[in-house]
Amino acid sequence: MNRSELNKRLVSLMLVGPLFLFLVLFFAVPLVSMMKSAVSDPVAAEVLPATARAVSGWDRSSPPSDEMKAALVADLRQIGEDQLFGDLVRRLNSAKSGFRTLMPKTRAAALEAGGNIDLVALDRRWADPSYWQAVTVATSSTITDRNLLAAVDLQRDASNTIVALPPDASANKAIMIRTFVMSLTVTLACVLIGLPFAMITASVDGWKRQLLLGAVLLPLWTSLLVRTAAWFILLQDRGPINSMLTYLGIISAPLPLIFNRTGVIIAMTHVLLPFMVLPIFSVLIGIPKNLMPAAASLGAHPVRAFLSVLLPLSLRGVVSGALLVFMSALGYYITPALIGGAKDQMISSVIAYYATGAANWGMAGALGLVLLAATMILYAIYLRLSSDREARP
Amino acid sequence: MKILNAALIACALTSVGIAAAEARDLTVVSWGGNYQDAQRKIYFEPFAKQLGKPVLDESWDGGYGVLQAKVKAGVPNWDAVQVEAEELALGCADGIYEKIDWEKLGGKSKFLPAAVSDCGVGAIVWSTGISYDGDKLKEAPTSWADFWDTKKIPGKRGLRKGAKYALEFALMADGVAADQVYTVLATPEGVDRAFKKLDELKPNIVWWEAGAQPLQLLSSGEVVMTSAYNGRITGLNRTEGKHFGFVFPGSIYAIDSWVVLKDSPNKDAALDFIAYASKPDNQSQLPQYIAYGLPNIEAGKLVPEKYQAELPTSPDNLKGAITLDVDFWTDNSEALTQRFNAWLAQ
Repeated sequence: MNRSELNKRLVSLMLVGPLFLFLVLFFAVPLVSMMKSAVSDPVAAEVLPATARAVSGWDRSSPPSDEMKAALVADLRQIGEDQLFGDLVRRLNSAKSGFRTLMPKTRAAALEAGGNIDLVALDRRWADPSYWQAVTVATSSTITDRNLLAAVDLQRDASNTIVALPPDASANKAIMIRTFVMSLTVTLACVLIGLPFAMITASVDGWKRQLLLGAVLLPLWTSLLVRTAAWFILLQDRGPINSMLTYLGIISAPLPLIFNRTGVIIAMTHVLLPFMVLPIFSVLIGIPKNLMPAAASLGAHPVRAFLSVLLPLSLRGVVSGALLVFMSALGYYITPALIGGAKDQMISSVIAYYATGAANWGMAGALGLVLLAATMILYAIYLRLSSDREARP
Repeated sequence: MKILNAALIACALTSVGIAAAEARDLTVVSWGGNYQDAQRKIYFEPFAKQLGKPVLDESWDGGYGVLQAKVKAGVPNWDAVQVEAEELALGCADGIYEKIDWEKLGGKSKFLPAAVSDCGVGAIVWSTGISYDGDKLKEAPTSWADFWDTKKIPGKRGLRKGAKYALEFALMADGVAADQVYTVLATPEGVDRAFKKLDELKPNIVWWEAGAQPLQLLSSGEVVMTSAYNGRITGLNRTEGKHFGFVFPGSIYAIDSWVVLKDSPNKDAALDFIAYASKPDNQSQLPQYIAYGLPNIEAGKLVPEKYQAELPTSPDNLKGAITLDVDFWTDNSEALTQRFNAWLAQ
């Protein structure tokens, strides 16, 4: 490679450098770390090495042996850093409630007394094999499928087979399905409103087009939170919509528009509508204006001309708009939280609980991963279907 | 590769430069609404004057993960935070708070024993219980059984969204004596019983999250009764001339504490702030705005007679009230919250 060629290479590298950096920092790194946090579970094995060895031979049902207890006490004395200990306690308590108070108590006792201590005398819970089972599972491996299983309402029982969680313990699957159903409903509503709107916008000229486009773009430039708050005011029991309908005598009691599914769908459709209108519009203005007159000159009824000329041509815009709307809707958090009731929360609210409420990053990562996987599968199905259609003559 | 390296280094340098140039002012975080308005008046603004620098205040609605994430990220963007008892216990065990220098505060003996911790200083003693609009309800509720009785008092009810408090209140409504609540709740049957009782009221519940919400729900008539924080109720009565009532029997009281997040860049100022907010002269001003009990014993004595009767710490109000079982919730919060969320979603 000669010098000038090398220079060219370097210049081109420099040009894509910022993009590359951006992709790595804001796409690859978060994604990989999220996936990693969903399956990695190193803390117990790392912090309790002696206990890990001691419990590896245990049959997981007989009373805990003295050797196991001594190993645990020795390990607890070794932990220097409080935050590391906190990670361990959080990990154990998330598998079995009770470790939160048990572990700090045990650690304090271990640090205070020099020699061997009687764990069972300290706290009766140490005689209970179920606590030791949690320790055994946690220390046995540095990777885990626990979070991924829990994300779809499954768990491993004592004999290590995968079973369903009790129906009242977790509703992730139902919420996940609800998320997809709601996103799909919003997408459909956006198509039904956005397609005619885009067609009208594309068919007029001058100030009329500017006005219609402005009606779509202006909300897009307003913050999502502001638009959601505005819907909150509009939809409430004594809000403008209900007052107007009552004033006109159409209804006698206020329509239930807020804290339910109807309100969420209305608000989300409004917020996401620009992402449907704009792609359809950009496809439509590329279609030659004389196609419809041409169809008419060949004797096609306007409906027929629409169905067999304009609609198929605009379909590409509809599909890309639908994808945009559907994908954005999947991650919605603020709108359902403010407008929806308890039964309208989407999967993002569960993820938010694990991240900000419980500090259980593994569960938050696992739920994100399951959502990502489900979305990818849907996308793959879409690609398959759309390529089939294009292949047909 | 060199260019890439150079670009990386440049990026790193600029970000370090930005971080160094931006010396953040002391940031104090509390629970918003009329409570934080009162704190701003008696703590934040006078302390800023004394400090000669601005004091920023933000509000939050709790959540241990928020604090943990801020500390794990390196330099937290909050300094002094008012936390609930459960967050204090969790964070203190996890080492995400700075240790408190009790000498600065005049020694541990100056405070209620329950308000003293290695990592936090009690800020208020507050109560959660039934509140209602005395102007709208002819017959006032007196117990959680009344709260559950939609025939006697028709209409929606507000409850704080979460397993904590909702389960205790449900058990009391089901006839469990106040002092037996945590004994019953510690058994799986007790938890089932609480959820079953919640089932009865589920269609009539409006869930709230921020402490200012129940006041709005009551004012707008969206609910006839709601669980609420007692101090805000009396605060609203005073400022807006409302006649909201608060039922102390069956209420649950707890202590909120000030903590300083680990590795806070304003650690010293934050500890000074906590000392300032704990001084008897300053703390004793709180009850004239918001009826919360005071953890500083001396401050409690300085409160004028006319405000004493409204505090959750007054002997009459303690009758039939119970204290929040922090140990129970640190152990069971995650499992019960998960079940509660699943229950909500069904």
